[in-house]
Amino acid sequence: MEITGIFKYLYELLQSTGLPQVLVDIIALASAAVMIFGVLAVIALFLVWWERKVSAHIQQRFGPMRTGWHGWRQTIADAVKLLQKEDITPSTVDRPVFFWAPVIAFVAAFMVYVTIPFGDGLIVSDLNIGILFIIAITTFTIISLLMAGWGSNNKYALLGGMRSAAQVVSYEVPMVVSVLAVIVFAGSLSMVDIVQSQAKIYKWYFFRLPFGPIAFFTYIIAATAETNRTPFDLPEAEQELVAGFNVEYSGMKFAMFFLAEFVNMFTVSAIGATLFFGGWQGPLLPSWVWFLVKTFALVFVLMWFRWTYPRLRVDQLMEFSWKFLLPVSFANLILAGWMKYSGWFNW
Amino acid sequence: MTLEVVIFYFAAAVAVAGAVMMILQRNPVASVMYLVISLVAQAILYVQLQALFIGALLIIVYAGAILVLFLFVIMILNLRGEEFRNEKHRPGRAAKIIIPVVFFLEVVAIIKQLAAPPAAGRATEVAADFGSVEMVAGRLFREYLFPFELTSILLLVAIVGAVVMAKRDKGKKEEEA
Repeated sequence: MEITGIFKYLYELLQSTGLPQVLVDIIALASAAVMIFGVLAVIALFLVWWERKVSAHIQQRFGPMRTGWHGWRQTIADAVKLLQKEDITPSTVDRPVFFWAPVIAFVAAFMVYVTIPFGDGLIVSDLNIGILFIIAITTFTIISLLMAGWGSNNKYALLGGMRSAAQVVSYEVPMVVSVLAVIVFAGSLSMVDIVQSQAKIYKWYFFRLPFGPIAFFTYIIAATAETNRTPFDLPEAEQELVAGFNVEYSGMKFAMFFLAEFVNMFTVSAIGATLFFGGWQGPLLPSWVWFLVKTFALVFVLMWFRWTYPRLRVDQLMEFSWKFLLPVSFANLILAGWMKYSGWFNW
Repeated sequence: MTLEVVIFYFAAAVAVAGAVMMILQRNPVASVMYLVISLVAQAILYVQLQALFIGALLIIVYAGAILVLFLFVIMILNLRGEEFRNEKHRPGRAAKIIIPVVFFLEVVAIIKQLAAPPAAGRATEVAADFGSVEMVAGRLFREYLFPFELTSILLLVAIVGAVVMAKRDKGKKEEEA
């Protein structure tokens, strides 16, 4: 099934109405943004439900069962409830900072999808710095966490925000370095080029021994920490910090943080699928189905982590990043560079 | 007026306004946040010049690393605005006025020079690969390799220095205890 053809047809239809080019561009861009938002909102709602089901089955429970088939309408009801709740702003908060923190988290989570290819040609804009753009945008997440922690004027929120920013900053380094190993081999920063360089299954970067698997494992560990999920969920440690940086948030603003969190989980999985598992490439089925299958498989791995491992202590967390992950990913980058230079896997 | 021009004026205004607001704040945390806004607007200007790579680097290095570090230090030390009101320091006050004035004159001179009609020999159009990854890499690793390596050694020395300072502090505390 070819989806890009539909987009081209719609764009030409828009141009044929005789509107000025500026308006046509604005409408086209806005509708692309709305479309991405719609798709991701549905995916995030699905992930909330899926996470509850996966956790329940790992703990030998059923999870939500009452509303609809295996409780599929539960998250929709929860979302409607969240949006209807009163938007409370505590009187002691730093108002502008408190207001903008969830907005930045939300916008950053969605802006990343400008350069993520959902399928063959299904990409908003194939920037020649694709993966670097994603890394740049994710840094706003750190700022939004610090803003939420600081703006809430609450000690638990501040501690949670600081912890989570410290964690994201330290794990960003090994994550970027392990991504670099793939970039060195692909010879391009463009997401589309990276996918096209893994056209056959033996060309997937995951199967390029020995650097591929090492890069993938360092990436997925760092990505778990980036998304603040167990075993790296200290910023949200309920027993110590109530709920972390988002204690003071409720209603719509909380929903924005919540949605951004699940979208980020999907994002890191989508990047993993694109960089290591050939992105949309695959036989028979349409390209976007392959992309979704691979991404959801990685999301499942992240959920599996969460409901299997206990939480780390803060000193273990930092030592693991700086003393283990970082040296390993650097050594792996050198290895990848040497393999590329000496001409291994040059098919 | 095309969309690009509108975006340019908007981003330029935000960049200047953010920088001005940064100076006017008493609270250092608010200052850092205005600086972030200004930097993001500057990154948009780079993107408009087709220098996507430089724009992304600006955000990663400044907004992502350096300013987060600033925020951390300010929040951990819990600095408040009052601590910066040290009016007794006379030479500092003079420098506060002289240095910005010199910089302002310099910027005015540069703008005047650039706004003049292009003299013979000065390129008016940028190269097609301006700001691309390949061009920046070529400049860094071929033409300016030696200064680049010197900078990295400087940074390495700074890291070693920071580690030594951190170690020494820890040792002192243990002695006191």
